[in-house]
Amino acid sequence: MIRVLLPAHLRTLARIDGEVKLSVTGAITQRSVLEALEAEHPELRGTIRDRGTGKRRAFIRFFACEQDLSHQAPDEPLPAAVAAGTEPYLIVAAMAGG
Amino acid sequence: MSGIRVLVGTRKGAFVLSADGKRDHWDISGPHFSGWEIYHMKGSPADQDRLYASQSSGWSGQVVQRSDDGGKSWQPVGNDFSYAGTPGTHQWYDGTPHPWEFARVWHLEPSLDDPDTVYAGVEDAGLFKSADGGNSWQELPGLRTHNSGPSWQPGAGGMCLHTIILDPVRPERMFAAISAAGAFRSDDAGQTWLPVNHGLQSEGIPDPDAEVGHCVHRIAMHPSRPEVLFMQKHWDVMRSDDAGDSWHEISGNLPTDFGFPIDVHAHEPETVYVVPITSDAEHFPPDGKLRVYRSRSGGDDWEPLSTGLPQQHCYVNVYRDAMAVDSLDTCGIYFGTTGGQVYVSPDAGDSWAPIVRDLPAVLSVEVQTLT
Repeated sequence: MIRVLLPAHLRTLARIDGEVKLSVTGAITQRSVLEALEAEHPELRGTIRDRGTGKRRAFIRFFACEQDLSHQAPDEPLPAAVAAGTEPYLIVAAMAGG
Repeated sequence: MSGIRVLVGTRKGAFVLSADGKRDHWDISGPHFSGWEIYHMKGSPADQDRLYASQSSGWSGQVVQRSDDGGKSWQPVGNDFSYAGTPGTHQWYDGTPHPWEFARVWHLEPSLDDPDTVYAGVEDAGLFKSADGGNSWQELPGLRTHNSGPSWQPGAGGMCLHTIILDPVRPERMFAAISAAGAFRSDDAGQTWLPVNHGLQSEGIPDPDAEVGHCVHRIAMHPSRPEVLFMQKHWDVMRSDDAGDSWHEISGNLPTDFGFPIDVHAHEPETVYVVPITSDAEHFPPDGKLRVYRSRSGGDDWEPLSTGLPQQHCYVNVYRDAMAVDSLDTCGIYFGTTGGQVYVSPDAGDSWAPIVRDLPAVLSVEVQTLT
């Protein structure tokens, strides 16, 4: 299972307590994880990625394994530890956005 | 006994203020959607338990919330506000072309007779409609694609469609106002639009009496006389007696004719309220005295209303969507400030009292008179 951590304001919106655990088939990439997340919680559509372009919203960042993945291509594989479920994929509200 | 529900949108959440018809003891609920900007909330005239809220944040963009039980519970509905076709460009602040980009919903206007139908005025300026309770939104592109669109430009708050007025007598007629483009009227239910700005004079645009380009801040109508419109412009308070075909100034003896909100008494269509603000740069009341001004003659002759309002060291603003009236026998007037106060006057403006004093900055105030 892929573990995803959301910022507090999106956990409230989607009525999520704690981590989200997702079953993702195929390659484990940022795109496949985000699509699985939005399929399970459709109210998050448009709040992490722009609805029209699919691009990361300017004040949202993606981190994992102490790396900033925000500018990686969406179809690049996520770190093995994220794919194995030992490390979470972090969706973070940027400092400047609030 | 009738009751009152005041829907307050703030920079950091929504609040619902409730009272009986006396309007002297208030229950406060909130913050709802804590931490999010609530640009506007409004109830359906056809179902007082159906509410819509515009929720947005710098992090996560736009969400629309709907309540079917008068605000006790909420559910997120659709947030796909895709412009129809290729949006094109409008003027940027510096006069260069800038692509149309959706930013947020400024105003939600529920239909007068169908709780599932609601209009949304958005930034960058466009008009959307939902006929399924907010689950899906379709643009009415005739407004944005008016041939003057490339010349529209943002006001200081962004290029927002902030006012939507539905004509209660002619269902095919509606009005919209955009900052800074001006006022528009549709006589075919939003399919096509006509700029209705004749008589407006604005400094800051190359042609002061141009067809479009005016920074209209708010328009108000009394439902018994839908051809009469009152406008608070960037500067100037204006009136039209012919559904916007022509406007004339009614600023009269106001201490300043800059301001944001304007509203009309529920039972007296010639009684109008504004909140004068010092200037475009000084967004606070003149002399540090918070005063609502009332005209009982449809404009020109204004009286200050200050009883119960702070009369020294007050430097708050009142935003365009932050004033509303109830329809009880003695009409109540409400407004919220950037200092987080929401004031009520249960006697049509003669006296005022704060309902709450310390909310986040108030973006919008709407009132429901409950039966």
